Amino acid sequence: MSSNKKYWKNPEELNADSSVIEAIQAKEFTEDLPSKSQIREEESQDESSTSRRDFLKYVGFSTAAATLAACEGPVIKSIPYVFQPERIVPGVADYYATTMADGYDFSSVLVKTREGRPIKIEWNDKSKAKAAGGARVHASVLSLYDTKRLQNPMIDGADVTWKTFDNAVKKELDAVGEKPIVFLTQTFASPSTQKLIEDFKTKYPTTKHITYDAVSEHSMLEAFKAKYGVRALPNYDFSKAESTVSVGADILGDWQGGGFDADYSKSRVPQNGKMSKHIQFEANLTTTGANADERVPAKPSVQKNVLLEIYRQISGEVSVSPKLGAKYKKAATQAAKHLKKAGSKAIFVTGIQDKAAQAMALAINESLGSQVIDTENYRLVRQGNDDAVKTLIKDMNAGKVGALISCGVNPAYALPEADQFISGLKKVKCSVSFAMSKHKTAMLSKYVAATPHYLESWGDVQMTKNHFALTQPTIQKIFNTRQFQDCLLKWSDNDEKYYDYLKNSFSQYANGVKWNTALHDGVFEAKNEVSTEETEENSASTSAQSLGQMISGFNSNSSKGDFELTLYTKAAMGDGKGANNPWLQEFPDAITRNTWDNYLTISKTDADKLGLENRVTSKGAIDGDLVNITLGKTTLSNVPVMVQPGQAPGSIGLALGYGQVEGLQDEMKVGVNAYPLYKDFSNIQGVNIKKTSGNHEFASLQLQNTMAGRKDIIVETSLADYVNKDKEKWNPTPVFSKDHQEYPFDSPKVDLWQEFDRSIGHHFNLSIDLNACTGCGACVIACHSENNVPVVGKAEVRNNRNMHWLRIDRYYSAGDTFDEEQKRYEDDSALEHHRRVEVESFDNPQVAFQPVMCQHCNHAPCETVCPVGAIGHGRQGQNQMTYNRCIGTRYCGNNCPYKVRRFNWFRYNKNDEFDYHMNNDLGRMVLNPDVTVRSRGVMEKCSMCIQMTQKAILDAKRDGRPVKDEEFQTACSNACDSGALVFGDKNDKSSVVYEKLQDDRKFYLLGYLGVEPNVFYQTKIVNREEV
Amino acid sequence: MKKVILRPSLFALFFILFSICAYSQDAKTDSTATASAENTEAASSVVPGGDPAKGEKLFKSLCAACHKPYERAVGPALHGVVNKYDGDFEWLYAWIKNSQKLIKSGDSRAVAIYEEYNQTAMNAFPQLSNQDIDNILAYVEQPKPEPKVAVADNAAVGGQAQGNQISTDLILAILSFVLLLLVVILYLVNKTLNRFAEVNGVQLKSEDGQPRKPLWKAYAENGFLVLVTAVIFLLGTAWFGYGYLMQVGVDQGYEPIQPIHYSHRIHAGENKIDCKYCHSSARVSKHSGIPSLNVCMNCHKQIAEVAPETQAKGKEEFNVDYNAEIVKLYEAVGWDKTTQSYTGETKPVKWVRLHNLPDLAYFNHSQHVTVGQIECQTCHGPVEEMEVMYQHAPLTMGWCINCHRETNVKVKDNGYYTKIHEELSKKYNVEEFTAADMGGIECGKCHY
Repeated sequence: MSSNKKYWKNPEELNADSSVIEAIQAKEFTEDLPSKSQIREEESQDESSTSRRDFLKYVGFSTAAATLAACEGPVIKSIPYVFQPERIVPGVADYYATTMADGYDFSSVLVKTREGRPIKIEWNDKSKAKAAGGARVHASVLSLYDTKRLQNPMIDGADVTWKTFDNAVKKELDAVGEKPIVFLTQTFASPSTQKLIEDFKTKYPTTKHITYDAVSEHSMLEAFKAKYGVRALPNYDFSKAESTVSVGADILGDWQGGGFDADYSKSRVPQNGKMSKHIQFEANLTTTGANADERVPAKPSVQKNVLLEIYRQISGEVSVSPKLGAKYKKAATQAAKHLKKAGSKAIFVTGIQDKAAQAMALAINESLGSQVIDTENYRLVRQGNDDAVKTLIKDMNAGKVGALISCGVNPAYALPEADQFISGLKKVKCSVSFAMSKHKTAMLSKYVAATPHYLESWGDVQMTKNHFALTQPTIQKIFNTRQFQDCLLKWSDNDEKYYDYLKNSFSQYANGVKWNTALHDGVFEAKNEVSTEETEENSASTSAQSLGQMISGFNSNSSKGDFELTLYTKAAMGDGKGANNPWLQEFPDAITRNTWDNYLTISKTDADKLGLENRVTSKGAIDGDLVNITLGKTTLSNVPVMVQPGQAPGSIGLALGYGQVEGLQDEMKVGVNAYPLYKDFSNIQGVNIKKTSGNHEFASLQLQNTMAGRKDIIVETSLADYVNKDKEKWNPTPVFSKDHQEYPFDSPKVDLWQEFDRSIGHHFNLSIDLNACTGCGACVIACHSENNVPVVGKAEVRNNRNMHWLRIDRYYSAGDTFDEEQKRYEDDSALEHHRRVEVESFDNPQVAFQPVMCQHCNHAPCETVCPVGAIGHGRQGQNQMTYNRCIGTRYCGNNCPYKVRRFNWFRYNKNDEFDYHMNNDLGRMVLNPDVTVRSRGVMEKCSMCIQMTQKAILDAKRDGRPVKDEEFQTACSNACDSGALVFGDKNDKSSVVYEKLQDDRKFYLLGYLGVEPNVFYQTKIVNREEV
Repeated sequence: MKKVILRPSLFALFFILFSICAYSQDAKTDSTATASAENTEAASSVVPGGDPAKGEKLFKSLCAACHKPYERAVGPALHGVVNKYDGDFEWLYAWIKNSQKLIKSGDSRAVAIYEEYNQTAMNAFPQLSNQDIDNILAYVEQPKPEPKVAVADNAAVGGQAQGNQISTDLILAILSFVLLLLVVILYLVNKTLNRFAEVNGVQLKSEDGQPRKPLWKAYAENGFLVLVTAVIFLLGTAWFGYGYLMQVGVDQGYEPIQPIHYSHRIHAGENKIDCKYCHSSARVSKHSGIPSLNVCMNCHKQIAEVAPETQAKGKEEFNVDYNAEIVKLYEAVGWDKTTQSYTGETKPVKWVRLHNLPDLAYFNHSQHVTVGQIECQTCHGPVEEMEVMYQHAPLTMGWCINCHRETNVKVKDNGYYTKIHEELSKKYNVEEFTAADMGGIECGKCHY
């Protein structure tokens, strides 16, 4: 085929002699049926008081009882509304535009509600600003139905009424006197809330407001302020980029608020033979590095020098070249050349949390004249001020704070100096915490105000200077909760409701936009002068320091410790707000494919030195060693280790947001808390690590659902080949030989099956563009939410029983193995070949993401082996799984070449063993009433969201019109704002999917099997252009 | 001996006596008395020269939308209106002919009543003559019919029902008595004959002295018969067993008692209300929707009582008091009849759901009702004749599939089908397609 590249998911696969891998690949189900010896072991019959005869008696009796009971149907009650609201029609979904703004994720969304309850989150296409992780936004609806939510306001841990609560707090606030009342809040970016706090100051003049972000962007905020006079973040439009250079910035992750992935993807799909070039210098392997054309693994201290070198070459202001190895120097020079060549279409970014670094990035972009960066319409989604927080902690400990009112933040958990905060909190007489759960800060505060979820709240958000968004409730408050803003109004003796207050302040800044229009759309634009709060703390921290001074100080603090740690946030957990959300916990990390955990990532070189390793068990589960991480006096013990290909030697990585204990269900108390290592709000730390005894069991998907050892899973080529060479060279059509003649794989002559004519009516196809897919995982959660996919828990994921209908496979391969390199391999000696494949691909692998769901084969192998006809094929192309017919033979799963079928080993709903959202009435409110909740013993898999296509068709039939192309959607294609997943009717010649089908890049996954899937992929093109 | 024979006849005597006693209950006379003559008299004393019969006609056509004679509706109860205004007929004429004019003129009584009813304007009736108004007033001033009548009716109906009950019992008793008598007679005859035979020396045993082979033994020894019986038995078991198993979970004819006796017969049958007036979501949603109570109140704000004939029929045929059922509705929806307003205290009605498809089957009403233009009765049966709603169709998968195989898709005038229909008819050279032809029997169309 195109290349003999070896793709692998787990290092064990590189070991040619591994019996484990062979065993895993040969089986769909890694478990054998319990053998005699096991049964004997497990059943210690002698000790049992139940004899075999008794057992049979019980079985007989219970069968008879069940049979009798089953004969009588239950009486089902239907209770209609007494007064039905005009807009609600039972069985018809309503959509509301609202905005998520929890201080970390800011995104305008559409909320699908059924019978008055929100069940799904979708993107609001009208929105032009987003700063959020797709998976977290889509999963946020489940947090609404969290049983661990605070249900009442509390004083000293006891539930009280709001009246009592108001009176008590007001009394305390009145008694504060001269000492300041401090608001320690999340980033609201809400003009009305800011106004409200100002109003509050008129009653309590000692009030101070400090914004605190758990994961801070303080350095960029300060750098931006120094240069442009406003404490904000620059905005970027990566769709304009022709050349992107990033030094340690995870631009597809949560860097500077995140949400850049959709624009980024637009520039990554080749159009007219052109695509952008992306060079990434980084320590941890991130999704950004995985998507880059060139990735240079570099530990943070090297990154700093690379940054200096690039700055030197572009601005020419620093004369002395920093110390850099030849390899890095070359890479940095290349990067600078690329930037210069692209000029105004270039962008340079960095994730080093240092004011000088960020200032240099701004300077580089300025001298490039970059149009990608937007400093006019800046972002306001991060406003946290680290210096002010540090001062506050000092003041608290000195007893200088009269009252501390925290909202949307959990500093007792997430502050690096959490213990100092806790000791300080004890000295504050009046502590009020606005919280949704009994998290650590809430538990330490005297007064806890229960706040509603954003789907129950009102609000406004200023995403960027000109882009505003509104939040509106989509459900009645489930619990006895009250918004922060409503409380402030009450406490400042204002009888107004926040809704009215919001409307009033809206009319002041909306520049003539109508309230109803804005509420309907969820977003609006208004050209406005921003009024960022200027407290004394904020202005004091900005010292007038010139860039030159900053640079000279930059990099002088060489890191102590053996290893340079880079702290990062995961697409699943972010800063840790969604820790009690089982969807997010079970969401596999894009790179490591691990669920339910955080862990230390380390390079193979370093791991070998320290004797750390990952072991693969016979079932394909992965175990890891444990280490202690020491930073100064802080030690994190028993941190599991994941040996990570592509990790820069000398560097290690650890994710924030895990290891919470308070306010969480037992199952969710996973991982270690990395915040104590987040000293000075810097994501880079010098630490020491030491191996300890013990073994950690990962719930990793790395070795699950392997395609039975089949090769040629991914088609990949370079931009040059794509442009210059014939399609057959880089994306050859698989051929079969019959009677000494070659036929293409889809020719009827080499087909076992008879073709069915599907040219009339709809025929659904799904196109997946490997170039546009960033591995963000929004589709995975959207699928979960739409299709009632159960959560199985850590142990069962480890057991190879995860239920995700849609997985995003991540494949590693050796760095450069196209054509010429290929030839070289053939000439290489065996030893040399081994070195190249194993060592090179381990040091810096090429990464490809591939979303895989049921391929809906027209000639499906699963359909032919079902003994009960539970799988049928629709003329619209769907492979239809009929749960009620399935008897659970699992033949289909065994015969599926893509391993996309999931078996319900247990009943995951109403089962105490799986105590997630499907096990309580509140959590079950999130279920989609149009999709069956599957029971134990049946197979399930992607249905191509047939309920959605059926609905689109029915809507059209009712209106008596043809269906529009954009109406056909699946949950995943709907959630994919980067355009990687495109769904539609291929019989409609004007549809986008039809266009994609004609693309030369199109290939079928394992196309040579001739199963004729209805899902197809677009070849991944890598831009290896050199300047 | 004789004693024994006599005993049954004694029993017979007892029974006969009893039945006569029971019959005597039926002899109760109906003491219903009509008071219509008295009523007319009373009215004419208040409204001289008014004809209540003519007035009734006018009242029902013009006034009944907002007024009731003895109860407050949108407007006040009209009985006693003459006395209320001290027999000031001129004022009443002026008010009825054009109340707004009177109010605008600043008449204090007019303004008072206008304010009392929240400034709800009454229609003007310039077409009415003074005589007409007299007639109407005469009608409304008739004294309220005594409820005693109804009580008497009740008693009569109850008595009737009781009588019927006893007569059926009696027939059964007589029948069983006769049967018993026959058995006794047979036994006695047999005994007497045996005795005769004994006395006369007749030999009853078979000739060889051996007792005759019992029938069951002869049967058991005949292999063929046993085989045939076994086969029949097994087939029968299989047949009935299968039949039994197939009806498990099929609730055809399910007719639960509902918290409010709602009669589809009256609403859909007699009054010919369109199904989709109340079940409006059937047009657009998967659910037909049980109407919310505010839909009931669209009509029942006005209709607090059913017509007397309807009420009588309900009591006679279905043993139900329709007016009491309307009161239940008012309680549930929180409607205060006297003030004609909602109290806000609601008690949602817990209807018993009749048509229960399993969760694994997806059904959409709008697909069938709006797109397929299927009559509701096709699946729900003659609802307009059902006093109490019951499940008409078996709701099994076979039943669904059969219909999909037989029913043609309504492609006409539906823009969605234009292209598909054109292509299909070209390919297969036929004009009509069943739902099954269009993929309507694929598993995934209903199971997902």
